Amino acid sequence: MAKPKVAFYWCASCGGCEEAVVDLAEDILTVTDAVDIVLWPVALDFKKKDVEAMQDNEIAVSFINGAIRTSEQEEMVNLLRKKSGLVVAFGSCAHIGGIPGLANFSNREEIFDYVYTKTPSTMNPAKTTPQTNTVVDGYELEIPEFYNTVKTLDQTIDVDYYLPGCAPPLDLIMNAVMAILKGELPEKGAVLAPDKSLCDTCPRNDSKPEKLMMSEIKRPHTVEMDPEKCFLAEGVICLGPATRSGCGERCINANMPCRGCFGPVKGVSDFGAKSLSAIASIMGIEGEEKMTDEDIQKLVDQIADPAGLFYMYSLPSSLLRRKVMK
Amino acid sequence: MFEPKIVAFFCKWCTSAGADLAGTSRMTYKPNIIGIRVMCSSRVDPEHILNAFKNGADGVLIGGCHPGDCHYQSGNYKTLKRITLLRKMINDLGIDKNRLRLEWISAAEGKRFTQVIDGFTDEIQKLGKLKIEQL
Repeated sequence: MAKPKVAFYWCASCGGCEEAVVDLAEDILTVTDAVDIVLWPVALDFKKKDVEAMQDNEIAVSFINGAIRTSEQEEMVNLLRKKSGLVVAFGSCAHIGGIPGLANFSNREEIFDYVYTKTPSTMNPAKTTPQTNTVVDGYELEIPEFYNTVKTLDQTIDVDYYLPGCAPPLDLIMNAVMAILKGELPEKGAVLAPDKSLCDTCPRNDSKPEKLMMSEIKRPHTVEMDPEKCFLAEGVICLGPATRSGCGERCINANMPCRGCFGPVKGVSDFGAKSLSAIASIMGIEGEEKMTDEDIQKLVDQIADPAGLFYMYSLPSSLLRRKVMK
Repeated sequence: MFEPKIVAFFCKWCTSAGADLAGTSRMTYKPNIIGIRVMCSSRVDPEHILNAFKNGADGVLIGGCHPGDCHYQSGNYKTLKRITLLRKMINDLGIDKNRLRLEWISAAEGKRFTQVIDGFTDEIQKLGKLKIEQL
């Protein structure tokens, strides 16, 4: 029997998700024993035309990482959707927008203006910016269109499963691959990670006081953090209460608070709104009845950039999806 | 003249009762609000507010009990902190923070209820329509 075909593709991403696949090390041999990889731009020399030549649904599963930022990415994922039985959004960017999604605090015009004219190292007196269509010496050149708004994969094509994380941890990748090979898959649309919140599995959970409270907000670079204690109890914002577990607590073990790369727990549609709610509730909870509006404003103003903090990984998947531009 | 749409969440115990008092006393106020009664102002999730803005609200008003009067002891304190932080966050997301307002209105303040509604409607009228790109 022919081996099932698998494709890996990348869109607006950093390459870390590719690294995660490579990090499977010897385990990848188990995978390649069981499947044929038919597209993997970072490692193998297959082309778009090879995919185009395939039958519909011929690829068993496509793992697509990265957010959707250009027309080329949109075209490729549409092609892969057509040729694949299953599509898995691989990593934070494909799942909820990720770091490239922070571009939604801006738009194409502002980004081009900054990158092609305002950066200190740029000399561009003619203010040339990339154009989708250009005529040079009588030839028309076309480059992919750079969209105004970054989208998640499921805002672009139908997605069957999600593998969260920046990048997804190896155990979850292997579990997903094995589940697909054995045909033991959960219902469509499931996130292939636990449904608990990170606090539930956090190694510092025992140090969490009975009543969590933050009387002041400290930013991670301004304090020496105790490697054993709950960040929130120390006044450092950690998004563990709102974030899905399963990451292996990599940041926590490196003594850094959670920033939400796994996205929200099941049933939550707007990660930023939920984490804001969780953090605001425990701010100054001791003596809150005595606080004036000014006291609360002062406490809130200690959070320098709430939108950037609470939507660090999830702006394109939020209710508003982007900043409302003037 | 631009007629704003305002979604207003009222807590059952104070502001909603204040609205009833205004109504039974035959006081008049501007008709731009769509009132939604909730058990406590702290039941209003920031998600509900963002959903309202996304779906066409030009302003969102939350009405709760005065400090010390919360039927559930401390719900309104949570609301105050959340709304203060959310106002800052929506401002960074391009929605003027004055489009979101929190007011304490008791069951006895029918008159004040009408003043708040009229005042907030005027303010949103001045801010104009909230244009959110539907993506």
